[in-house]
Amino acid sequence: MGEEDYYLELCDRPVHFEKANPVNCVFFDEANKQVFAVRSGGATGVVVKGPDDRNPISFRMEDKGEVKCIKFSLENKILAVQRTSKTVVLPEKRSLKLLKSQNINVNWYMYCPEGAVILLSTTVLGNVLQPFYFRAGTMSKLPKFEIELPAVPKSVKLNLSERDIAMATIYGQLYVLFLRHHSRTSNSTGAEVVLYHLPREGACKKMHILKLNRTGKFALNVVDNLVVVHHQDTETSVIFDIKLRGEFDGTVTFHHPVLPARSIQPYQIPMAGPAPVTSQSPVPCKLYSSSWIVFQPDIIISASQGYLWNLQVKLQPIVNLLPDKGRLMDFLLQRKECKMVILSVCSQMLSESDRATLPVIATVFDKLNHEYKKYLDAEQSYTTALEAGQSRSSPLLKRPARTQAVIDQSDMYTHVLSVFTEKKDMSHKFVIAVLMEYIRSLNQFQITVQHYLHELVIKTLVQHNLFYMLHQFLQYHVLSDSKPLACLLLSLESFYPPAHQLSLDMLKRLSTANDEIVEVLLSKHQVLAALRFIRGIGGHDNISARKFLDAAKQTEDNMLFYTIFRFFEQRNQRLRGNPNFTPGEHCEEHVAFFKQVFGDQALMRPTTF
Amino acid sequence: MAAAAAGAGAGAAQEKQFPPALLSFFIYNPRFGPREGEEENKILFYHPNEVEKNEKIRNVGLCEAIVQFTRTFSPSKPAKSLHTQKNRQFFNEPEENFWMVMVVRNPIIEKQSKDGKPIVEYQEEELLLFNGTFLRAMEDGGVKLLKERLEKFFHRYLQTLHLQSCDLLDIFGGISFFPLDKMTYLKIQSFINRMEESLSIVKYTAFLYNDQLIWSGLEQDDMRILYKYLTTSLFPRHIEPELAGRDSPIRAEMPGNLQHYGRFLTGPLNLNDPEAKCRFPKIFVNTDDTYEALHLIVYKAMSAAVCFMIDASVQPTLDFCRRLDSIVGPQLTVLASDICEQFNINKRMSGSEKEPQFKFIYFNHMNLAEKSTIHMRKTPSVSLTSVHPDLMKILGDINSDFTRVDEDEEVIVKAMSDYWVVGKKSDQRELYVILNQKNANLIEVNEEVKKLCATQFNNIFFLD
Repeated sequence: MGEEDYYLELCDRPVHFEKANPVNCVFFDEANKQVFAVRSGGATGVVVKGPDDRNPISFRMEDKGEVKCIKFSLENKILAVQRTSKTVVLPEKRSLKLLKSQNINVNWYMYCPEGAVILLSTTVLGNVLQPFYFRAGTMSKLPKFEIELPAVPKSVKLNLSERDIAMATIYGQLYVLFLRHHSRTSNSTGAEVVLYHLPREGACKKMHILKLNRTGKFALNVVDNLVVVHHQDTETSVIFDIKLRGEFDGTVTFHHPVLPARSIQPYQIPMAGPAPVTSQSPVPCKLYSSSWIVFQPDIIISASQGYLWNLQVKLQPIVNLLPDKGRLMDFLLQRKECKMVILSVCSQMLSESDRATLPVIATVFDKLNHEYKKYLDAEQSYTTALEAGQSRSSPLLKRPARTQAVIDQSDMYTHVLSVFTEKKDMSHKFVIAVLMEYIRSLNQFQITVQHYLHELVIKTLVQHNLFYMLHQFLQYHVLSDSKPLACLLLSLESFYPPAHQLSLDMLKRLSTANDEIVEVLLSKHQVLAALRFIRGIGGHDNISARKFLDAAKQTEDNMLFYTIFRFFEQRNQRLRGNPNFTPGEHCEEHVAFFKQVFGDQALMRPTTF
Repeated sequence: MAAAAAGAGAGAAQEKQFPPALLSFFIYNPRFGPREGEEENKILFYHPNEVEKNEKIRNVGLCEAIVQFTRTFSPSKPAKSLHTQKNRQFFNEPEENFWMVMVVRNPIIEKQSKDGKPIVEYQEEELLLFNGTFLRAMEDGGVKLLKERLEKFFHRYLQTLHLQSCDLLDIFGGISFFPLDKMTYLKIQSFINRMEESLSIVKYTAFLYNDQLIWSGLEQDDMRILYKYLTTSLFPRHIEPELAGRDSPIRAEMPGNLQHYGRFLTGPLNLNDPEAKCRFPKIFVNTDDTYEALHLIVYKAMSAAVCFMIDASVQPTLDFCRRLDSIVGPQLTVLASDICEQFNINKRMSGSEKEPQFKFIYFNHMNLAEKSTIHMRKTPSVSLTSVHPDLMKILGDINSDFTRVDEDEEVIVKAMSDYWVVGKKSDQRELYVILNQKNANLIEVNEEVKKLCATQFNNIFFLD
């Protein structure tokens, strides 16, 4: 199995602590994610290491007997030590106040620090769970719920073990995960994980069933909103994504593993610190060891080896393991670090060797743009709310977070499309089809297409002399009007004469480009047309006479020059009561030319009323 | 800047009106029978064929003489037509030494058919489309093959020629484009690209709806001819089943096949018949440079028609046709109803359902786009226009004025029958408007046309 095949790995900077042995006890605090190594009951030292703090806390305390549990409060302010089952000692003297009490017979409890929810196992069978939710110093009781046991138990004794229950936040929602070793339905023998959604308000509801299709010893982690199920017998793991489409039976959704089962990537124990024997090569770490303990959401601890790892998902290998590109996109779009992987998938599906079909490419584009549009909409309503006068500090108003799943046009252009269109071996038909498909998808989601994408289409069409295609695209306004596009078209006129007309039409539609239209017409010596145009839009009182007379003179058409000259004389008359040009207009040269060709008497005489 | 040339008399002397008619049509090459007694060899095609041999030879000789004679005045541009009291002859040399001559009877004296010239050129183009060049045919199989091909082509083609109903639209030979919103257009693009990918032997595709063009993978010049062939010859021949019932019947009898309305307009009629012939018309495109021979597959579902063109060296099999039918049929059916629905929405939104106030013909030389609110239905045999033929003739006259100069022009004509006819030419566009306003003066007519331009043509640069 190559490295490319493993999609789970242990983090490369684990927390290293002194391994557990008869004189060294190791404890893990799930709330602070800290490992406590307590040597000789604390007398020879306690070392506390968290995943983020590289500076461990060390202290000594009196050995007052075996430590059962040891924890810091949040921010390491208070240390609590439990030495007997009934007492908890706080080494500094503090006063505690009982805020609230509940009287319940409890088999076991489980606390989820992320969700601030404690779960109590009640009743004789232990399968009725009572959740409490802590918030701002209060404790609220949530509706209790029953876990469906695999079969009607034969004897009345505790049937639900805390080993088979986990709590984790998946896609922002708190779930209780129950590992059911035998399916309730007789036709499937494999174990399954049942997900109960535990909302802050309302009843807990069974939502998802993850089909494991195997039996034996399992352990659960939640990484990047994926449920990871480790199987010790086969030393492999599988992952489930509850957002991917499953089979819905009306109440719950059944899911199968997203990918084939794989081992966690083999891991070499690093030779940390100033090792006395430097030549010693790294030792391969025994994976899925029976001494492994798994904590939520993503922690794996090997007490015998003295390591705490975070489990991680590797996205790149998944690209080749999930052949269905649509499903792959659905999967990737939900992952935290997805952007570059998604872009590489896009590049790959457009490459000559790994080319996907157009319907597949279309599906991928649609999925990306769906996500992109969601973000744009959120951004839009945020701006609208701001403009409507809502205060930035209002708790209801939150700037939408831009996750990596938002792949915008500039990402696609920079990383995928511009590179793709540059490739020499690519058939232009395919290139154009892909660009049009992307533009179609953007339009379908009502996203304004950026100019550089249109430019890319035009560049590709021009490179292959497909001017008539370009003409048709413009005719149906597939390439949106813009000044830069109009200018680009103008520059194409020498290769394709109709580009001139297309450009002028576009400038006209823009309605903000009247100056440009006049310039284009004058450059073509269409002086009369330019004048008629500017008069048509009522701008003829503000134009420079000199500019038009220059252009008229260049045509070497005396009658045209006469017409233009007369027009401006009339304008002068109308505006100033005198047909003569003012010195500021710098038309002396043209007046002289007019006199030379048509004679002094041809000049318009001032009319006096 | 309206140059008014008012008063052109329409409906003048109405003695006895003969419609213009084709008297004869022949093709010859003077090199094939230069010596006396061998003149018959020059003639490659002669219509009507019943004409006595000597008369054929005489007529060909006369044309040769006219061309030779006029050449002395203009060596580079020999005569194109000769107008006599009774008829008018058109000469066209599509390839060196190959001459096509058409003799048309004049309708009535003083009223010449201005439409003759372009028709000869279309004939040649359509001939080119279906048969390639004369020289190629000669290379393929000598004069004999060439004669056979000409006989086959013109025998059918001359039947579709209806000179009496030719008008301005025939002069333009334009393409009517189907108005469509961007999104539906992009969907069609996507459909075409997918089809070309699945049916990899397809080289070019064209897409039409309601006999109007939406997409052409062919170059403009080739598309123009193909469009004329489709709309004047192929589609009208297949119109009957559509008028008889709701399009073609749903082929539910094919097991496992999605229900769809797709069917072949060229090629196999019944895909279930194992003996079905998969013969498609052969066309020739890009004759100026690459010279490609293609099979023309025309496939239609409801009002949407797709032309798939594949290399002529590949012979499409019945299997291929079945595959095409199964892939294209269902998707085209869905697309056709999408287009129909979208078109109706757009029509309602723009309010263009109402009877158009203005009667006009628009043509753009740049993309050959034509638009007419004058023609109710244009079929090859009948040109059903909502205006009097005399007014149509004025349009023809204005057009021939326009062709003489390069500059922008505007002509306003007051016809005898209370009608005003306005012709405008701006850059490469021409617009002809017919107004029926009894007591309108020139200024009012000008204003009306401005109004029309502002509503109908505000998205293009069309000078007032």
